[in-house]
Amino acid sequence: MKVLYFAWLRAKTGVAVEEVTPPGEVATVGDLLAWLKGRGPGYAEALADLQVVRVAVNQEYADPDQPVGPNDEVALFPPVTGG
Amino acid sequence: MIRVQREDFDPGQELAALTAGNHKVGGLAVFVGLVRDLAGDETVGAMTLEHYPGMTEKMLERIEAEARARWPLEASLVIHRTGRLEPGERIVMVACASAHRQAAFDACGFLIDWLKTKAPFWKLEEGPAGAKWVEARESDDEAAARWAPEEPDAAE
Repeated sequence: MKVLYFAWLRAKTGVAVEEVTPPGEVATVGDLLAWLKGRGPGYAEALADLQVVRVAVNQEYADPDQPVGPNDEVALFPPVTGG
Repeated sequence: MIRVQREDFDPGQELAALTAGNHKVGGLAVFVGLVRDLAGDETVGAMTLEHYPGMTEKMLERIEAEARARWPLEASLVIHRTGRLEPGERIVMVACASAHRQAAFDACGFLIDWLKTKAPFWKLEEGPAGAKWVEARESDDEAAARWAPEEPDAAE
């Protein structure tokens, strides 16, 4: 699974993009966020407040209960501020 | 048409090209967003626009298609810049052409309001205390909510 981080999520995790292989019990966006949080202090800090984290799966906005799998592209980013 | 680009654009040329040869257009509304030198009470030296290549274009195309479905538009254009921009520089342009002004005004307002809450761009501002990621504003969500019904995969 490919995971991308943008804006301060990238700054806090120190990662722009990575390939991850979560354990089998990680089935949804919510599971994935909880698992990523345990990957290190930067991840824990970045994912401390999930109210300000948006998730896209294969470039579509996704809810916590949406399923994720090995071939998905998952992006984590703050609420958008363009325009 | 949508464009995501680093380089500047010329609004006059863009508007002329948008309606060239189409004499059904009676009204053309445009919004151009510029970089300000102030955020709250802090001065801003510059800002950097980051985005999610691929998803950005997809969302902009979808937002534009929604505008074309809701209003009788003859032409529409969204240009959004990325990279480092200084105060006074253009960030974004939205233009809508229709037979009459109301559809052009409304579609233009809709496009910029939805873009601000759905297209994956983020601003990093350079101020006196260093660089800071801009926080999303509730007033932007409220502005976008004016155009409800929301699409099912909305950001919120």
